[in-house]
Formats: sequence, C-alpha cells, structure tokens
Amino acid sequence: MTFTVHDLISLSPVLLIGVGILATLIIEMLVKESEKILGWFTFVLLLSVAYLSLILLDHTALVFEDKFLTGGRVNIFFFLFSFGAAVVSLLSMEYIKKAGIHFGEYYIMLLSSVLGMMLISGATDFIMIFIGLEQMSVCFYVLAGFNRRNERSLEAALKYFLLGSFATGFLVFGLGLIYGAVGSLSITEIVIGYETLKTSPLFLTGTLLFIIGFSFKIAAVPFHMWVPDVYQGAPTSVTALMSTTGKAAAFSALIIIFSPIIQAAYPSFFTPVISVLAVLSMLYGSIVAISQNDLKRMLAYSSIAHAGYMLIGLAAWNEKGVSGVIFYLVAYTFMNLAAFGLISLIEKRDLRGTEFSDYKGLGFKQPVLAGLMALTMFALSGIPPFAGFFGKYYVFLSAIEAGMTWLAIVGVISSVISVYFYLRLIVVMYFDNSDEIVMVTPSTSAMLGIMISVLLIIIMGVAPGSIINLINSTF
Amino acid sequence: MIPIEHYLFLSSFMFVTGVVGVITRRNAIVVFMSIELMLNSANLVFVTFSSYLGNVTGQLVVFFVMAVAAAEAAVGLAIIIAIFRNKLTVNLDEINILKW
Amino acid sequence: MSLESVLFYFFAAISIVTSILVISSKNPVLSALSLILNFAGLAGVYLTLYAQFIAVVQVIVYAGAIMVLFLFVIMLIRPEAERNYFQERKSFKMLTIGIGVIVLGQLMFLIISGTSMFTSGGHSEQSLEVGTVERIGWELMTSYLLPFEAIGFLLLAASIGAMVLAKKKFE
Repeated sequence: MTFTVHDLISLSPVLLIGVGILATLIIEMLVKESEKILGWFTFVLLLSVAYLSLILLDHTALVFEDKFLTGGRVNIFFFLFSFGAAVVSLLSMEYIKKAGIHFGEYYIMLLSSVLGMMLISGATDFIMIFIGLEQMSVCFYVLAGFNRRNERSLEAALKYFLLGSFATGFLVFGLGLIYGAVGSLSITEIVIGYETLKTSPLFLTGTLLFIIGFSFKIAAVPFHMWVPDVYQGAPTSVTALMSTTGKAAAFSALIIIFSPIIQAAYPSFFTPVISVLAVLSMLYGSIVAISQNDLKRMLAYSSIAHAGYMLIGLAAWNEKGVSGVIFYLVAYTFMNLAAFGLISLIEKRDLRGTEFSDYKGLGFKQPVLAGLMALTMFALSGIPPFAGFFGKYYVFLSAIEAGMTWLAIVGVISSVISVYFYLRLIVVMYFDNSDEIVMVTPSTSAMLGIMISVLLIIIMGVAPGSIINLINSTF
Repeated sequence: MIPIEHYLFLSSFMFVTGVVGVITRRNAIVVFMSIELMLNSANLVFVTFSSYLGNVTGQLVVFFVMAVAAAEAAVGLAIIIAIFRNKLTVNLDEINILKW
Repeated sequence: MSLESVLFYFFAAISIVTSILVISSKNPVLSALSLILNFAGLAGVYLTLYAQFIAVVQVIVYAGAIMVLFLFVIMLIRPEAERNYFQERKSFKMLTIGIGVIVLGQLMFLIISGTSMFTSGGHSEQSLEVGTVERIGWELMTSYLLPFEAIGFLLLAASIGAMVLAKKKFE
C-alpha cells in the first residue's frame, strides 16, 4: 500500500481542487451557457478549499511515500493560494465579459494553476517542485494569451512562454548537477549531506543554475525582463493572479528548500547571492517605476521591487525572516489584488485606459473607487497602519537581527523612493482634472472582491501580531 | 569504459549551444527548438548520473521532464500559431508593440 | 576500443554536429530535421548508458511526437528563412558565441573538479537493472505515484490550453 485513507484526508485540499477541475470540465461540456455559473462555481470551490486548509492546519503529515508535506505552514500557503484565487475569480466575472474572453476554459486554467501552486508549496522533493512550477507556468502562458484577438495579449504570452521555458532549461540543468552531487533530489537528503555538499563544485554549480532559473520565476533583477511586458499585455484579471499567488508560489518553493537548512542552523552560502539579487531588485524596480506612464507597467516594476524586499527575509537566514516573508506575501497578495481589481473596473472596453492620464480627476468623479485606490497605494508604499508597513517591518527587522543592517537600510531607501510613484497616482486622482468621463464597469462581484482585499489589508495592519503569531506557530 | 566527463561534456556542449541559439536566433520556432535542446542536455545529465550512481531517480526525472516538454510544446506552438494568425510573422524583432 | 565506446563516440559526434546545425541553419525545416537527428543520436547515447526505457521513449515521444508537431507547425505557417544569419548583427553573434565558449569552459572545469568521485568506477553494477521498463514502472506506481498523477493534470491543462489558443473561433 503506498497510501492510506489518512493520507487522502491530509491531502484533501489538493484533491478537492483536482476534482473541481474535472467537475468544471464536465459542467462546461454539458450545461448550456455554462460561463454564467462557472464563475460562482469556481468561487465557491476555492472558498471551500481555503476553509478546508484552515481546518486541517494542525494536521501535519508526510503523505504518499514522503513525497508531500501537509499541515502547518503548507496549509497557510494553501489558504493563501485558494483564497487569493477566489478573489481573482470574483474580479474576473465581469472583466472577462468586457474583454470578450468569457469562456468556461478560463476558469479551468485558473483552477489548474492553483493546483500547480499547491503542489509546489507542499513538495519535499525537487521533482514535485518542478512539476508544480511547470503546471502553474503552463496555465499562466495560456491565461496571458487568453485574449487571442488582442495582439498585446498574444505578444505577452509569447514573451512569457519563451523566457519562462528558457528559465526552465536552466532550472532542469541545475537540478541535474544537484542530483549528481547528492544522488537524490529529496530536500531531506540535501539537508543531511549539507556539510559535505557545500564544498562540492558540482552542487554549487547546480545551485547557481537553479537560482538563476528561479529568479526568472520570482521576477528578480537581472532576470526580470519579461515582467513589465507580461503584466501589461495580459488581461488584468490574469495579471492579478500571476503577480500575487504566482509569486507567492515561487517564494513558497524557496521557503521549503531553505527553511530546513535554516532550522538545522547551518551557515548560509546563499546569503551573498540572495542579497545581491535583493538589492538589485529593490533599487531597479523602484527607480524604473518612477518613469512609467502606464499603471499596470508601474505595478509590474513595483512588484520587482517587492520581490527584492521579500528576498531580504531569505537573505537574513533566520526563522524570523522566513515568517516575515510569509506575512509579506499575504499582505502583498491582497494589496495587489485590490489594485488590479480597481484597474480592471476602470479599464475601457478596448482594454485601454490604464494610463495615469486616464485617472485624472477620478477623486471627484468616482469618490469611492478613488478612495479605495488611494488606500491601496498607501498600503503598497508601506505607510502605517496598513498591511504593507508591517510586511516591510518584519522583513527589515529580521535583517537587522542577522547583523545585515545595511540591507535593511537599502530597503528603507528604496521604499522611500517608491512612495513617490505611488503617491503620484493619488496626486493625479485628486489634484488634476479633466473633462473626460470615466466609464466604470458596474460589477458587484468585483466590488465584493476588492472590499474583501481592502478589509484584509486593514485587518493585517491593525492586528499584525496575531497573524505573525499564527505563522510562527507553524514552525 | 567511457569516463563520465565525456558524457557531461556532450551535455554541457548541447546546453551552451541551446543558450546561444536562444539568444541569437530571431525566429520564434527556432528559439523554441533551442530550448528543447537545453532540456535534452539536462536529460542527458540525469541519465548519466543515474547510470553511474545506479540510482533510478534520474531516469524518472527524465520521464517527467519529457512529459513537461510535451505539454510546453503543445502550448508554445499554439501560442505561435495564434500570433501568426494575427501578425503573419513569427520573427521576434517584429513582435514588439510592448517594448522589451 | 570496445564496441560500446565506438558507439558512444559515433552517437556523440552526431549529437554535437546536429546541435550546431539546429542553431545555425537558415531554414527552420532544416533546423527541425537536425533536431530530430540530434534526438535520435541522444537515444543512442542513452543506450550506451543502459537506459533502455528512456532511449525508446526518447525516440517515440521526442523524435516521434514532439518533433512531428514542430514540423507540422513549420509547414503550416511557412516562416521565411532568416536570410542573413551571420551577416546581420555579426559582432553581437560572435560575442554571444565567444561568451558561450567561455561558459562551456567554466561549466566543464566545475563539473570535472566535482566528479572526481566517479572516476574510479564507470557504470555502477546496478545500472543494468535500473534502466528497465519494469523498474521504472514499479517506481512510478509506488514512490512516485503523486508526481505521476500530477503530470496527468499538467497534460490535461496543457491540452485544454492549446485548444483554447489555437482554435479559430468560439461558438
């Protein structure tokens, strides 16, 4: 027997998504005009997965011949992915009608990408990480090009696909060398042999290639070229998905690889590489974002900078850093979901209308939307008392504790720079004026999604302690 | 007996050839073929170590990488066909409304 | 020289020559055909490593299925040949190739200094038994069951996605 009923119960959030994908497929085939119900079906399915992962939070187990870990931190990631994707499905319902891509397949791809993310976050083995990452990426390639009559969307898909699979090549070659050095791809084996491995050139070369491949996926400088194009060209609801939960999934892989090594209190040889990536990403992302005129592109550069802040937590190489990164990921997910949700409402039917100039005077024409947007921008720039501030606070604190104060200082400088371009949008909304009428897509579902996200941003800003305690308790 | 370095040289050579191909070629299909070359070089690394270590994991990974490559090929070629329908070209220099 | 070494160097030479042809021929059809030959050569190399199952799958899946798909797409869209591969942006290409050679040298240096533990043995004794269909099938159905099932979902998602993107229009 390779698995038991107990294994299946522990794995039930993943299994539920799998069953959900098949159910969506069948509904899509059998029911006429299935698009109308599939959005809500996906939403309810993802919510129940999120609920299930919270119930099973204490249910830590190694299942399927030690190939998969569930419970604890893994379930926090399950919750983040499924809840984030549920909000995305709310944001998508009206948006994909407007964009002319209202097909049931959209939801199948969305659910499949969530399955991939879940497979990454519980992996105990590089094979599982690789398969999960590919499942997620393949779905993202398709989703980015989903608007297949729009040249920009297809171009984004092509660029994403070519650079993504280029990165996969590096990743697999690196894994091959790691396999040669260790004789296995299990993370436990690597942790056991860490003392001898860290001087093995084969292992170091493999790790370097692996980190190069992975930097593409988390969008760290200097492997970030695809990010602005893909975020701008892809349908906004898809950008919301891949910039938030997609990034969280890639980080969850780094966390599950590094945290056993951190817990065994081994010294790090990754720290120099990660700190360089972090510094480059923060500064480059913040500085280039200043000169952007397209809001989606600006958020793309800011997401590069945010990847840099999160890398600080990993470079700090202590448990505080890891839980700080998880907190940051949750906060970042909901901040970006709110921002992209608002953009998708204001976007025009021909998918234009994402420039700063389109937001002139929004504060008077649409006070509610502008207010929510302003709040989200404050949160993203890290102004207290919103979630973004505490995300940065925990990550910088861990760096200072690790004696890397300079890294925290660079982080603070970069966040100060970033305040400029976030506040620029607020200035445009409240102090500029234009006669152009802003058409807003009326959508209760999207408003619901935005409200949920904003509420979570505020809660995480008001009571960050209880959430960080929850994350810490899963170590 | 063939030394392991000879196998690894072959695979490193193919890997670097693939990387050079991706960077220098402008035809999306040829770029994609260069990526397949990189994936295959990685497969060779896995099979080599699997055989020299007498450990089956490497060959299983190759099996999975092949399945992933098949999935990527399906999606990638579909994207290329879709973009050809819209723009009648697959030259990467001409596909640039969004600046790189 | 044993038969095994002769076969290895023969297939390795095929792979090296064809891999260069893939990235240097102007005509994409020629590139694709070279890639098929390259995969066939690799299948031969796998045989010298006693990886029978992988060698067969390499021919059936890669050379057979994936490359046929490539050729179909090339025929379907008839991409014009890149006329002047080496004339256009010559210095950039030479620079890339130069960097490639340096990277190859570094990779080889690191790999050779890392594989000292393998120099004594050659093929391990178990390697004959490791590459069989039976052994790989057994592992797939026991310890690698979960990745195996996950791959099923990946292929499902990929086929739906390919259909969505390549279909002419939706009803």
